[in-house]
Amino acid sequence: MIPNTAPAPADETTTAAAVLPQTPGQSAAKKFAGSKLFGSPASIAGVIWLAALVAASLTAPLWLPFKTEDQDFTAVLSGPTAAHWLGTDELGRDLLSRIFASAAGTLGTSMITVIVAVGLGTLLAMLAAAAGDRAENVISRVTEIMMSLPGTVIILAVIGAVGTNIPLIMGILGVLISAGIYRVMLGQAKSLQSQLYVDAAKVDGMGMAGISLRHVLPGLTNTIVVQAALIFAVGMLIQAGLAFIGFGPPIPEPSWGGMIQGASQHVYDAPWLMVPTGAVLALTVLAANAIGNALGKAPNATASHLPSAAARRQRAKSVAAIAAAAPAPKDSAKDTLSVRNLSVGVDNGVRLVTDVSFDVEPGTVLGLVGESGCGKTMTALSLLGLLPSGVSVAEGQILWNGTNLAAATEKAMEGIRGREVALISQEPMRALDPMFTVGYQLTAAIRRLRGTGRADAKAEALGLLEKVGIVDAARILKTYPHQISGGMAQRVAIALALSGRPRLLVADEPTTALDVTVQAEILSLLRSLVKDTGMSVVMVTHDLGVVADLCDQVAVMYAGQVVENGRTDSILDNPRHPYTLALLAADPHANHAADMPERLATITGQVPQPKDWPSTCRFASRCQFAGSACTVPVPLLPSGAGDGVVRCVKADELAVVGLDWVATDIPARHVLSLSETRTVEKDHA
Amino acid sequence: MSTATSVRPEAPLPAADRPLLEVKDLVVRYGRGRTAAAAPAAVDGVSFSIAPGETVGLVGESGSGKSTIGKAILGLQKVSGGSITYQGRDITSAGASQRRALGGDLRAVFQDPNSSLNPRNTVGSSLAEPLRLRGVNAAEAWQRAGDMLERVGLPREAVDRYPSQFSGGQRQRISVARALICDPSLVVCDEAVSALDLSTQAQVLNLLADLRDERGLGYLFIAHDIAVVQFLAQRVVVLYRGQVMESGPASAVTENPKHPFTQALVAASPVPRPAEQAARRQARESLGVRTGAAATPGPGGCPFRLRCPLATDLCRDERPALRTAGGSDVACHYA
Ligand SMILES: Nc1ncnc2c1ncn2[C@@H]1O[C@H](COP(=O)(O)OP(=O)(O)OP(=O)(O)O)[C@@H](O)[C@H]1O
Ligand code: SF4
Ligand code: SF4
Ligand SMILES: [Mg+2]
Repeated sequence: MIPNTAPAPADETTTAAAVLPQTPGQSAAKKFAGSKLFGSPASIAGVIWLAALVAASLTAPLWLPFKTEDQDFTAVLSGPTAAHWLGTDELGRDLLSRIFASAAGTLGTSMITVIVAVGLGTLLAMLAAAAGDRAENVISRVTEIMMSLPGTVIILAVIGAVGTNIPLIMGILGVLISAGIYRVMLGQAKSLQSQLYVDAAKVDGMGMAGISLRHVLPGLTNTIVVQAALIFAVGMLIQAGLAFIGFGPPIPEPSWGGMIQGASQHVYDAPWLMVPTGAVLALTVLAANAIGNALGKAPNATASHLPSAAARRQRAKSVAAIAAAAPAPKDSAKDTLSVRNLSVGVDNGVRLVTDVSFDVEPGTVLGLVGESGCGKTMTALSLLGLLPSGVSVAEGQILWNGTNLAAATEKAMEGIRGREVALISQEPMRALDPMFTVGYQLTAAIRRLRGTGRADAKAEALGLLEKVGIVDAARILKTYPHQISGGMAQRVAIALALSGRPRLLVADEPTTALDVTVQAEILSLLRSLVKDTGMSVVMVTHDLGVVADLCDQVAVMYAGQVVENGRTDSILDNPRHPYTLALLAADPHANHAADMPERLATITGQVPQPKDWPSTCRFASRCQFAGSACTVPVPLLPSGAGDGVVRCVKADELAVVGLDWVATDIPARHVLSLSETRTVEKDHA
Repeated sequence: MSTATSVRPEAPLPAADRPLLEVKDLVVRYGRGRTAAAAPAAVDGVSFSIAPGETVGLVGESGSGKSTIGKAILGLQKVSGGSITYQGRDITSAGASQRRALGGDLRAVFQDPNSSLNPRNTVGSSLAEPLRLRGVNAAEAWQRAGDMLERVGLPREAVDRYPSQFSGGQRQRISVARALICDPSLVVCDEAVSALDLSTQAQVLNLLADLRDERGLGYLFIAHDIAVVQFLAQRVVVLYRGQVMESGPASAVTENPKHPFTQALVAASPVPRPAEQAARRQARESLGVRTGAAATPGPGGCPFRLRCPLATDLCRDERPALRTAGGSDVACHYA
């Protein structure tokens, strides 16, 4: 009966494999599990112990000194002797022989619990996740009932009815435990079900069973293995416990449970009898737990996300070095940001931003544009001293009102952040705490940053919300962040950023997650804030249309460098750097429907990884105009348009010839595949 | 159910000219039983059709029901009303086996390149999956997977690699390869390039255009960015709160929008030319379209009325039907 109720997960994997060619993919999860399994001494010992036990047990007839039924009446209930290393029981049978001979059987009966519990639990979870809300509700109710049943009473009742049929009891135990396993697996199965690749498989016409086996089960294997190890230990203990209170397996066949039951009757006259079996049992349980713990440990559980003491020391050191290297000039104009030769690096020495310089005059907006991976966000975060742990300013100065923020202590930055320099991010919800109302968060920020009293702060909050264009501000003050739309949330986040009356606003893709209609409103809002308050803005974006709409100046970044910097109109209308030219040519917004080209221009390949940035022109591998002159480091030179600068040896030549970045036609695919083969291989290596 | 009426002529078509896909009065409500009946419909009486080889763009704000329509067509979302016909066959509530019987003719490319490929399967195994489901043997499926990868500009050897070893743009190409490996006639692309950088987006858009020209594919191209849609689509359908506001030739809808919402949408899309953008901004501000933040209109009437500068009592009382105006179909009493 038990084998029917519990189709082993192993069988299901084979069925899945039969549907499709076996590929290395199926073993990915196992490889992962394997590396963790041998990651700690405890789990290595556990694996060795279990493997040795099973091997010893299966080969027992070949090496054991005695047969399990051999009785030595000269040594009954003896302790360890030369003949009987672990002593003998009440019939003079050799304990060592009996323990090892019966190990496989005992482990096997525990496996019944494991297979039934994990198999049934996983099956139910996959079913509930696949079959929709109604099925899930039914299954969840049933498992709740199962979990509320008194397990001990049920097992004793079964023993009363059919005797100590250990496999049956362990099977029933498995069914009871499966409810808990279902709980553990359900969430994971549901999140796997909601992946887009599951949608894609459904579009293929793959049925519920196929999807569960091919796309859900493999994702669950890790949890399955962990749970199995832990339940295995539970099964062993329960078996021993039942035996101890007298419900062990029938006598003649040796089993650990039986031996414990026997020993329990001689606790007073021959206490040693319990020791060998008990010790082996305890070791086995410990081994299973060690394995379960090792497998269940999250990858990188040891790497903390907080900056380590070492990282903080590192930051302090680099701050001190920077401060020593360049005493900050004190005579800068008010509310001017001047970034000088800024380099940001990972602690291992790789640079993410190199030698970036720009100025932001009061009341103006600077755009930082470029593809992802070009260092825009790192540059922006360094202005606030908010670089992630392990990343720090390596060189250069960030001069704000004459103070070098790159050399400021964390304490000094706390005084500046929010009050003088504030941040709005792409995800407005990240700035808002879901636990508190908008009003609470705004007033708290105003009181902290401006030192106003409670009543004044409330009035200020209302005023701020009105300032960011929220019509029914009084109502919004009382709502929680999840009750408002994305556009509204971004307005609230801007209000929050304004609560300390900052003079410089750093905005990291503030409209990327919003609808264009809402984006237009937020851009108008930022424009009027700049006009009314005279604050300045550093705006990170990848959208050239946003730059055209809002920015006075723009710095185009490529691979950690500024490649072109100057007035927005001169750069967008008259790009001088091939990368700027290419970005504009690739942008479908640059064309009207009438003159939409057949194909857009593209840039072959992709931005190289920071560790692979060459010392030559960094854009050379992708540039349509690259030539032998480009194989040297290229400095920023005046572009001729105002105080604009451009980093290209051919900028003048290109301007004269008036070259376009052409929409490459079909043969470019070969170039593309070549250059990408290279990067793929690099990734792989 | 729905008050929408399609006013387009509905003469029975000969089989040769019949549309590849026809969506009629589609209604989708989320939730079950009473909650569903009470909730406003996510898609409310939408009708459109796609001819063989045609690309239709579906645009609108977030939550306007674009993805829901795509999911309903792909059989990923239960339909509450209306019908979906594919090559003359009713697929409104087709199950897995009926979808398999379509022979891989109707396929999809999704937005998120990170979750649209199973990270535990090799690229080859993901590409072969739809073929294997249709009884192609393993060796041939593997062969075709390699061919398809080369077609989308990736090396053949990529079959043995895992998705994590590719960049976002490369993964999106793999998704395109997976969709096209069965030689479909219609591909639903839901925000297929939204998560990509400009240059990568251009590469994938070009690839989609190449494949369309090469194989006579039809696309339902869902995107929130009207400029991206305009590059690929011949016709554009504009949605607002689950209803079609305007539909017509891409150039007419984007260059000469008739519906106040389409006008707002087009005007809000910024162009990378500062002087022109300044003019557009002024034009947008002078439209006087109100912010969408607090606008949840009650049932009946025009869904856009709380934001529309032209709204009157008529707009509150009567839902405007789609009527032809200057080459497009527009659902506005005053267009
Ligand atoms: N699984 C769901 N359950 C309940 N409501 C949903 C579900 N998915 C979408 N909705 C609702 O249905 C409406 C239409 O959503 P849909 O995802 O189709 O919009 P969309 O146009 O694709 O938006 P976006 O541009 O944000 O992708 C929205 O109001 C949304 O909140
Ligand atoms: S320096 Fe050479 S390779 Fe670099 S952008 Fe200019 S032309 Fe291209
Ligand atoms: S029907 Fe009325 S409210 Fe709706 S878009 Fe037209 S004018 Fe505006
Ligand atoms: Mg969507």
